Amino acid sequence: MTDVLERPDAKLDLKVVGTRPVRPDGADKVTGRATFGADLAMPGQLVGKIKRSPHAHARILSIDTRKARALAGVKAVVTAADFPDLASEEYEAGESASNLRDISLNCMARGKALYDGHAVAAVAATSAAIADQALGLIEVKYEVLPHVIDVEAAMAADAPLLDPGLFTQGLEAKPDKPSNIAQRNQLLRGDLKAGFAAADVTLERRYTTAAVHQGYIEPHATVAAFGADGQCQVWSSSQGQFMVRTYCAKLLGLESSDVRVTPAEIGGGFGGKTTVYLEPVALALSRQAGAPVKMVMTREEVFRATGPTSGAVIEVKLGAKADGTLTAADVVLKYQAGAFAGSPVGAGSMTALACYDVPNFRITGYDVVTNSPKVAAYRAPGAPIAAFAIECAVDELAPKLGLDPLALRMKNAVRDGVKAAYGPTFRNIGYVETLESIQNHPHYRAPLGPNQGRGVAVGFWFNVGGESTAAVNIGEDGTATVITGNPDIGGSRVSMAMMAAEVLGLPIERVRPVVADTASIGFSMLTGGSRTTFATGMAVTQAAQKVVADLKRRAAQIWEVPIKQVDWLGGAAVCLDPAKTCPDLTLAALAARSARTGGPIGAQVSLTAQGAGPGFGAHICDVEVDPETGHVTILRYTAAQDVGRAIHPSYVEGQIQGGVAQGIGWALNEEYVFDAAGRMENAGFLDYRVPVASDLPMIEAIIIEVANPRHPFGAKGVGEVPIVPPLAAVANAVSAAIGVRMTDLPLSPPKVRAAIDAR
Amino acid sequence: MPHVVAAGSGFRQYTDGAAEFDVEAVTVRRLIAELDRRFPGFGEHVARRMAIAIDGEIHQDADDAPLDADSEVYLIPRIGGG
Repeated sequence: MTDVLERPDAKLDLKVVGTRPVRPDGADKVTGRATFGADLAMPGQLVGKIKRSPHAHARILSIDTRKARALAGVKAVVTAADFPDLASEEYEAGESASNLRDISLNCMARGKALYDGHAVAAVAATSAAIADQALGLIEVKYEVLPHVIDVEAAMAADAPLLDPGLFTQGLEAKPDKPSNIAQRNQLLRGDLKAGFAAADVTLERRYTTAAVHQGYIEPHATVAAFGADGQCQVWSSSQGQFMVRTYCAKLLGLESSDVRVTPAEIGGGFGGKTTVYLEPVALALSRQAGAPVKMVMTREEVFRATGPTSGAVIEVKLGAKADGTLTAADVVLKYQAGAFAGSPVGAGSMTALACYDVPNFRITGYDVVTNSPKVAAYRAPGAPIAAFAIECAVDELAPKLGLDPLALRMKNAVRDGVKAAYGPTFRNIGYVETLESIQNHPHYRAPLGPNQGRGVAVGFWFNVGGESTAAVNIGEDGTATVITGNPDIGGSRVSMAMMAAEVLGLPIERVRPVVADTASIGFSMLTGGSRTTFATGMAVTQAAQKVVADLKRRAAQIWEVPIKQVDWLGGAAVCLDPAKTCPDLTLAALAARSARTGGPIGAQVSLTAQGAGPGFGAHICDVEVDPETGHVTILRYTAAQDVGRAIHPSYVEGQIQGGVAQGIGWALNEEYVFDAAGRMENAGFLDYRVPVASDLPMIEAIIIEVANPRHPFGAKGVGEVPIVPPLAAVANAVSAAIGVRMTDLPLSPPKVRAAIDAR
Repeated sequence: MPHVVAAGSGFRQYTDGAAEFDVEAVTVRRLIAELDRRFPGFGEHVARRMAIAIDGEIHQDADDAPLDADSEVYLIPRIGGG
């Protein structure tokens, strides 16, 4: 069903929503009781491990598994031959359609290894040591091929081709030669030539970003059991148990009802756990071995074989009148996709100018396959890269116009009624309010010292809704259970409980949220895209509303009054009939009489949520640069964001702070480093430097609430936007501190020191 | 009748390069059906690969969403997230 909701009343008298209760999963997580993917163990389980290609690009000539199979303790060995050779088919399982053949080939290479770390075989054995020994006994003969990782090198006409059958889509004429450019997309508006002709000032720059990993602390992990009767069970850490179910079924030729997936607690995903790597392989091994198989990636495997996001080259040309009015923009985005097509360049293109009202523009995006791990979603996929370039260019344009950087952004800011660069007209957006909060913040006027600089940047994300299911059941004592199908990544359990408590009129402590397996609740899209609090929260709210309607009916039955004479106030049915003197019936009282009033009390709602309101953020960053070493210290960071309405403000702030922290890492240190043979050289947290707590100041989060009329409590998505501005905010601050415009990420100490030396 | 604008360029193989259409349709379902009738394969592409923004609000998988004669309708690539 599609939602139909009333516009939220700005004067809603909320008792629970907007407060800060302790999360129900908090004690388990801080005491180590919570069960993550690697914690589960089954009787008789085997250890599964994967043999990976040591080559960035190689033809697989043969795989000889005989010696491995003969090793005592080895119970199963699988290669691509043990999986259906799927046709190229787009299939919806995660958030949008993905190519099943590509996902299958990414889980297990067939014919060619396309990146260093690509899985070519897997074993299951009675111990990890035996499994490791067996991997060494699998003989793979390769024909090493030339490889290409740099995005522009991959676009060259003479580049080594990953897929000779890949022809660029999106061109006016169908190309007659294959290419690593999977797709070219273009957004156009107005007259670009006239727009630049009308400009008094133009600025043209080229920017680069490195491939970075989502950096979740918990590696991918699963336990899979393929039953003799074909009934399969999977436990895994992912952003969506239904996504895992669908991909496992499709990749192994099973019925989805034969695959039951139980979500473990998840130790971070950030988009990187919106696809499968281990689960189908573990099931294939379990099918062959006749025993459960547990697989846990090492950190090195996580880096070498799971999705980073794209490295990119972005070219920007901006034109503006002397008063600061932007007249034209020409943007070219070239994104690495990794081994299979599907970089986030489309979203990068749509978000690049989303904060600006520009009458004339051309945005051209290239999706380019490269011999590196297939990219996976990463918070606001594609947007931070595009925003880095645009926000740095706008920042550099401002002084040329004699304008304050925020004033230039305000002058060209999108507002309600303005057409977004990607087409539709904005409604109910809070961008101007967000900008104003930053402009008026004391941080923006605080004095700076020597070697210090300040940068600002803004960012946008669409937010999405999608399919969700929720059930609300009332216990015999009047407590409530809220059941959803969305793994809790950012505090969604408590948010779901709060929305149900608000509607039911219960204290939050009397509502218990549960994240259920695929056989215990109806379908929900995965947790991602900043959709869960919005969309699943909508399902929870509607289910609770149905429960309240049922409770009112039961009270009317008991009181023998028309249902319209019953209201629900403060967690109790209230009789409105002045002719009757009826004591209020609390939820507990009605629950105790449920058997005599119609049976168990509960409701389930499945919906496709529409109307997720877009989100905007505006950030200020202060840095200090050590001129001796080039090391950058983040001194102060303030981030404002329109969130519609904060259901649980602490977790909204947490999302904002987390996004900023990840964006700072992206800006300062993180990058995939490959050797000449295309092998990743820094596949570990010692050499791939993510920010730790001691690297960061307290990040001040400012919540702006411009309510979303399509959500019962006004919520918009939160989690994507905060990673969009930091890359540019940090780069603008560093550029201001050293007096050199920095255009290539990461701004690692050697790079900053070199820029200082060259000034 | 609603004026429909398709953003981007990934669909143009179906439409002979056209990106704007006037379509007599009162729901998204009928819009998709009519687009597919005019440009075989385009409706399926819209249904699977595109989102539909109606008067500024992005819809995905919303076959029953109503369209008015003066609705602003944009077809944009589907949106996921992280």
